[in-house]
Amino acid sequence: MRSLAAVIQTMTAYETVIGLEVHCELATASKMFCGCPNEFGTEPNTNVCPVCLGLPGSLPVLNARAVEYALRVAEALHLEVPDRSVFSRKNYFYPDMPKNYQTSQYDEPITVNGWLDIDGVRVGITRAHLEEDTGKSQHIGVGGRIHDADFSLVDYNRAGVPLLEIVSEPDIRSAEQAKRYVEELRATLLAVGVSDVKMEEGSLRIDANVSVRSPGSDALGTRTEIKNLNSLRSLLRAIDYEADRQWTRTQAGEKVVQETRHWDEEGGRTISGRSKEEAHDYRYFPEPDLVPVEPTGQMREHVRESMPELPGARRARYVEQWGIAAEDARILVDVPGLAEYAEHAVAALAGDGGSAKDVVNWVRQDVLAYLNETGLAPAVLAPEMLAELVGLVAGGTISRQQAKDVLAESLREDKWPRSIVESRGISQVSDEGAIAEVIDRVLATNPGVADEYRAGDDGARKKKWGFLMGQVMRELKGKGNAQVINRILEQRLAGG
Amino acid sequence: MAADVRAGTRSAREVLDEYFDAITDREPEVHAFNVVLSEEAREAAAAVDAAVARGDDPGPLAGVPIALKDNMCTRGIPTTCSSRILDGWRPPYDATVVQRLRAAGAIVVGKTNLDEFAMGSSTENSAFGPTRNPHDLSRVPGGSSGGSAAAVAAGFAPLALGSDTGGSIRQPAALCGVVGVKPTYGVVSRYGLVAFASSLDQIGPFATTVEDAALLLEVIGGHDPLDSTSIARPAPDLLSGLGDGVSGLRVGIVDEMTEIEGIEPGVRDAVRAAGAGLEAAGAKVDTVSVPSATYGISAYYLIAPAEASSNLARYDGVRYGLRVDADDVAHMNAATRESGFGPEVKRRIMLGTYALSAGYYDAYYGQAQRVRTLILRDFERVYEQFDALLAATSPTVAFELGAKTADPLAMYLCDVCTVPANLSGHPAMSVPFGTGEAGLPVGVQVLAPTLGEPTMFRVAGAIEAAGGRTPR
Repeated sequence: MRSLAAVIQTMTAYETVIGLEVHCELATASKMFCGCPNEFGTEPNTNVCPVCLGLPGSLPVLNARAVEYALRVAEALHLEVPDRSVFSRKNYFYPDMPKNYQTSQYDEPITVNGWLDIDGVRVGITRAHLEEDTGKSQHIGVGGRIHDADFSLVDYNRAGVPLLEIVSEPDIRSAEQAKRYVEELRATLLAVGVSDVKMEEGSLRIDANVSVRSPGSDALGTRTEIKNLNSLRSLLRAIDYEADRQWTRTQAGEKVVQETRHWDEEGGRTISGRSKEEAHDYRYFPEPDLVPVEPTGQMREHVRESMPELPGARRARYVEQWGIAAEDARILVDVPGLAEYAEHAVAALAGDGGSAKDVVNWVRQDVLAYLNETGLAPAVLAPEMLAELVGLVAGGTISRQQAKDVLAESLREDKWPRSIVESRGISQVSDEGAIAEVIDRVLATNPGVADEYRAGDDGARKKKWGFLMGQVMRELKGKGNAQVINRILEQRLAGG
Repeated sequence: MAADVRAGTRSAREVLDEYFDAITDREPEVHAFNVVLSEEAREAAAAVDAAVARGDDPGPLAGVPIALKDNMCTRGIPTTCSSRILDGWRPPYDATVVQRLRAAGAIVVGKTNLDEFAMGSSTENSAFGPTRNPHDLSRVPGGSSGGSAAAVAAGFAPLALGSDTGGSIRQPAALCGVVGVKPTYGVVSRYGLVAFASSLDQIGPFATTVEDAALLLEVIGGHDPLDSTSIARPAPDLLSGLGDGVSGLRVGIVDEMTEIEGIEPGVRDAVRAAGAGLEAAGAKVDTVSVPSATYGISAYYLIAPAEASSNLARYDGVRYGLRVDADDVAHMNAATRESGFGPEVKRRIMLGTYALSAGYYDAYYGQAQRVRTLILRDFERVYEQFDALLAATSPTVAFELGAKTADPLAMYLCDVCTVPANLSGHPAMSVPFGTGEAGLPVGVQVLAPTLGEPTMFRVAGAIEAAGGRTPR
């Protein structure tokens, strides 16, 4: 563990330059070049056919939906779409790649030159291109890596799943900013409906290109590429570790080697990948089994017309319409399905009160905690139930504290809040006449307390107030509406 | 023959038995087949006869035996490419052409020998031994579809399919005295054809007559959604115009593919005589120059190996075929490929890998593609003035076994007249026309513009009619 001083020292001593390659699995019904289902978590080697197994004689046929999805992303990320793009073969041997080449795009990608704004910073996007995913290897043996495995098993269900590789410019300057970029990109991909963006299932995988330099320098340092980061936490930790490692080397007069590195989650460090001797020459050449992709104006128009509201615009709308904080709006938009849930709940608010802001407060705290705990998606919850709960609080039927319990039960048992309140008999007493009566009785049974209150200093007043409040609540069996009690008690004590 | 079977005057079974008699008689000395499918063929023939008996339409090729080059996938039947590396592999699917043949009532009698992965011009590069030319057993049948050409020439089947990447249908057709057709790239689906060089490979017919070849191409041609490079058009209509003659057609004899160094006088004379025959039939015949055609062979021997080096990467011992065990995956891959591929395949994989390497791509593969574009443009220009072209198919008649095996370059030059049509994608076919040196068959090549098959077949038909049919 480094001291805080040391951390601050290194933080200010250098600038980190980061470019990210985000591999996004597209949620098409079938694979990129064949009709096999594109599904996660099925029995190994069941979603396969001659094409995605690369059997001799088989040929690829491009999935038109994958092209459409790439065009949707292009719209969202302000990418240009050239009139023509070409698939190329990337040649290298690896057992989870059935043809020992990956059909990808090289010098003529489907989209180029876009950008994504994050917190007022514009990150350039060099390109986003289509390619096929590989199978998945499982190495059985001590190390779990191919080199020391006793044997390996390969599942080709993922082979041929369409990927969009989104390559950023080296415009990112910190691990935190890299995380924000991925979050924003994830929200965008989700909004345009091209991916389920589940990092834990590998739907988003990230390679980070990292280099360091002295602040104020324009030159780029030698970069390393950290492969296959599959969580935001790994992304943060890996970039911080790697930048620090590079800076330490440079300061010691050593050179940073341009290489591929792997992130060791347990060890909290990056490890050198391939050695130079094994450096790959991918021998890219145009894929002769496919024809160039030439998106028509009609296709692009169709995509443009069906574009949904993008995350940035959506957040701005919530802040403006609902009066909520920017951070709350961000959470709503970033968590898949949460904004839709909140919108439905707001729409379901009855006339008896409660605001969109109230709804959002409940959503981002209690509802989100419940979803995190259970792993459920917002779509399984009934937003009308939350709206009813917000109404019960606003109308004074239950207190916020009571509402927390009611909401927990409502979510867990899928019950309407009002029925929970009724069956528990916990609705609070808000009737002013009834409360005034109790207050008067308490003051009568405790003569002198009111005078002592009026005569006392702040400390004494606070004590007496607490005493009277407690007595009233006891009379009301804890169901008194605290706001109403406060108001009437204040009147009585101010009078005298 | 199909007409007789369809009419029920001859049974498919009777037809098949005749051809099996020929196979029994001569196959041991010719070795056209890697496998003869006696049982499967008899079952298929029985099914055709049953269909005829029921009054169902048994298809345009009802009961016609056909031999398939052993690089086309046949469901459940070994498909070897005459390579050890595919040892034991049985495809789980039929190639599109095989499906279309079955649907048309054709009877697959066997899978024919080839140069390993279709790389060669003599069928000597086969892991299962060479095929011999039925006209002279001391000579090669040409290649790489030598087994298919020999099967038709020897009367083992009236029809066969081959694949043509640089001349692999036309050259063996010429050397064996049969008709061989390389259609326009994209007319016949490549789905299920084990790839050699994807941008050049095309399946096509072998037959004893131009008409039979036309019938077969009509059956196997036409758009296939499983092949992205397949042309979105139905099969060409060939038979209806076959008898229209060549009167008024403009035919050019390509200087660079006829008057070449090393061409045998008999071959050159045959091309000239075929031209004279066409003129007599009413065509306007002239000579024409396509200068870039001479660069075809250099471009071809960069592009084809480059694509092959990638296409053949999948044979690694991991999923199917041969596996030679070793300590780790990389060494297993290497040992498998070392043992599974023959020398010519290895040579081309190395050539192709080199041509695509960083730093060499532009000088080799890139330059070859530019030459390819040049050849395409030159031919397109020539087709503005001519409806079809004539040329030699092979510079020589069939040569002796072993004559060129020690000299790969001499072997590569066999393709000098045929590769231009693969590079340009245009259709071309070889028609037998007389005999040349040692009384062996000579083929004349007819070439046509993109989708010019109807004209090409008319010209080929006229050459066939002009005489010079090779005696059996």
